[in-house]
Amino acid sequence: MKIPPVIASHARQFGTLLVFMVLCVVLTVLTPHFLTVSNLLNVAQQTSINAVIAVGLTYVIISAGIDLSVGSIVAFSGVVMAGALQAGWPVAAAVLTGLAVGTGCGIVNGLLIAFGRLPPFIATLGMMSVARGLGLLHTDGRPVSGFGDAFRWLANGEVVGVPVPVLIMLGVYAAAHFVLRRTKFGRYVFAIGGNEEASLLSGVPVAAYKVAVYAVSGLLAALGSVLLTARLNSAQPIAGINYELDAIAATVIGGTSLMGGQGSVIGTLIGALIMGVLRNGLNLLGVSSFFQQVVIGAVIIAAVLLDTVFKRQKR
Amino acid sequence: MATECPLLRMTGVSKRYPGVVALDGVDLEVRKGEVHILLGENGAGKSTLMKILAGAVRRDEGTIEIDGVPLDEPGPRAAQAAGVSIIYQEFNLIPHLTVAENIFLGRERGLGFPGVIDQGWIFREAERRLTDLGVAIDARAVVDDLGVAEQQMVEVAKALSIDAKVLVMDEPTSALTDKEIVRLFSVIRGLQARGVAVIYISHRMEELFQIGDRVTVLRDGRLIGTRTIRDTTMDGLIQMMVGRDLTEKFPKRAVTPGEELLKVEGLARRGVLHDISFTLRRGEVVGLAGLMGSGRTELARAIFGADPIDAGSIRIRGREVKIDSPRAAIHAGVGFLTEDRKRQGLVLALSVTENVCLANVNRMATAGCMHLAQEESAAQRYITDLRIKTPGAAQRVMNLSGGNQQKVVLAKWLCRETEILLFDEPTRGIDVGSKVEIYQLINRLAAEGKAILMISSELPEILGMSDRILVMNRGRIAGEFQAAAATQESLLQCALASSHP
Repeated sequence: MKIPPVIASHARQFGTLLVFMVLCVVLTVLTPHFLTVSNLLNVAQQTSINAVIAVGLTYVIISAGIDLSVGSIVAFSGVVMAGALQAGWPVAAAVLTGLAVGTGCGIVNGLLIAFGRLPPFIATLGMMSVARGLGLLHTDGRPVSGFGDAFRWLANGEVVGVPVPVLIMLGVYAAAHFVLRRTKFGRYVFAIGGNEEASLLSGVPVAAYKVAVYAVSGLLAALGSVLLTARLNSAQPIAGINYELDAIAATVIGGTSLMGGQGSVIGTLIGALIMGVLRNGLNLLGVSSFFQQVVIGAVIIAAVLLDTVFKRQKR
Repeated sequence: MATECPLLRMTGVSKRYPGVVALDGVDLEVRKGEVHILLGENGAGKSTLMKILAGAVRRDEGTIEIDGVPLDEPGPRAAQAAGVSIIYQEFNLIPHLTVAENIFLGRERGLGFPGVIDQGWIFREAERRLTDLGVAIDARAVVDDLGVAEQQMVEVAKALSIDAKVLVMDEPTSALTDKEIVRLFSVIRGLQARGVAVIYISHRMEELFQIGDRVTVLRDGRLIGTRTIRDTTMDGLIQMMVGRDLTEKFPKRAVTPGEELLKVEGLARRGVLHDISFTLRRGEVVGLAGLMGSGRTELARAIFGADPIDAGSIRIRGREVKIDSPRAAIHAGVGFLTEDRKRQGLVLALSVTENVCLANVNRMATAGCMHLAQEESAAQRYITDLRIKTPGAAQRVMNLSGGNQQKVVLAKWLCRETEILLFDEPTRGIDVGSKVEIYQLINRLAAEGKAILMISSELPEILGMSDRILVMNRGRIAGEFQAAAATQESLLQCALASSHP
């Protein structure tokens, strides 16, 4: 059988998409509340935070790295931004400050990895604790709550009926996909993840691009934090715990190889949607939140298991 | 001695991959106690045939019989149980375990308590087997501390510890010195005497005549024929492999060296390179000879900025340049074709196009955005120009044969319009037909005005290809020869001479 090259090279994403669609069909049959415009928009909105953070993780993982610090960066950048808002800063300035904090944490990660030659696991594990601690110090452990309407519009606003977070998520994905597939930056991310030494010997500025990759991851974690803070109308220094694991899960379900060199953000989007739809569906069905964790874990394992079985078949 | 009854019989074996017929109805018969050479260009199907035998790849058609018993069950375990053992070119040893633990990995004997290993038995048994092989390796040594040749012997011992009837060796001598090869051959003869059938894959033609009994030649996935070694000649075999006559192995060319492109003066790297000075002119091929470890690769890496230097200057086109990274070297117009293509030359998971353009991404992009069509057409141009055999430019490089991978690396530097090319063992692990193609390419590049430094361990290659020859010895340039005046003997003498007599 002849398979068109487009499908062959994206076979993994088609598989994930199929799982996603089957999931949607099953939930539609099981509960009348699933397939409604308001519920779907709700799912998209809830997914948006994890989905945005997972884009950064996808870049990092394609470059054969890992970033465990994104959850803590969500908290740290969130409280810094919230503090600025309460001090009366303009919304744009406060948001940019939050994004800068996240990017800064990412740059530190990148410098430690690229120039300090630390394994990414260690560097970002350290940052995970440092950023968490800095967030707690910044507010003395207390949440910062209550913001103006202009800021809260980022979570509650709508443009032609579509929630703003969903638009932001779609924008991030469109840009991230373009960057990964069509730009020098994307090409180098794949090359570094595929073979760092060959890339170096081909003149790729490996260290600089590694720093950039972790900076992007930090930036997107901070953007996720903006969405979270606006939605909760509160920034908490203990926010974002385990977010890194959700983001890694979405990335892996989406077919990005933990070995680096292969992957796609479209897959990650589907991965994040699978997780979001699953949570939503289980809620609608009244499944206990304890049992939800079991199901989601099983789905992660099943998705990757299917992938390995599929790859073995092809050999 | 070889008897007439076939121990292994493979009949009508076929294997198809999407777009490629890897094997097309191949037959292979190997007798007890013979060394059977498997010969063919890269991509001829040797490796696929052996992987099918070892159960690592499933065949689409065909039968395999060992001692008259059909081997139908798929998988490596079934093949092992039937007595097939294979030593791949890249070793499969666990570096931080001992020799003995490696030999019996997966087949440890218990002590009675579940899961507790009888270490004493493993070491005794390993020692016995190593002695049987006639090799002096400590069974308690950690594999990582051994040299390549010793690791090879551990592989042999491991392969034989399953009482192999058929032993496949893929390029066993590619990393060995002449002395070590002699030892390997005596081990192989010992196996022969015990009735083991050895299937031997190698590109080194002269070896085949030393060790082989019969030879089977494959080309483009098809069986060309099986001959007795005594009744063949090297030319005859080459003709079978490539399907044409290769009269001119090293094509001649007339050169008039032009301006000086590269001038290295007093280059030093502590403990590795000492006071290296030489020049490279436009249109010139300079051979760099020397023993392994004499500093040839290190010199290329230093010029390319991959390793730091402690002293010395590098001038390119008369201007002194500071090369502190590969990036700076590439910017100055230097390209480096590394010895180890897979680890240092290519990103295997990326496509031909992406690899060809990897060193040239800057010129293929505007404001950071890639021009995909421009990249694709560049790749197509080199696929045609260098005759790279691939189903398409979008094919992942990991699916290409060695000779074609080497061409992709070359295309990468040509695409960058690099003028100074450092070739490190450009034909290592490449079959005879592709070798000649690479030689022709090198000549063509020189004729087009590039300057080429070619590192090689094969003296005929150095003599046949170079205009000038530099010989390295313990990190120094020990001699310089005009190619016409040099002989294998004079080069070797220079490479071996001890500096403190």
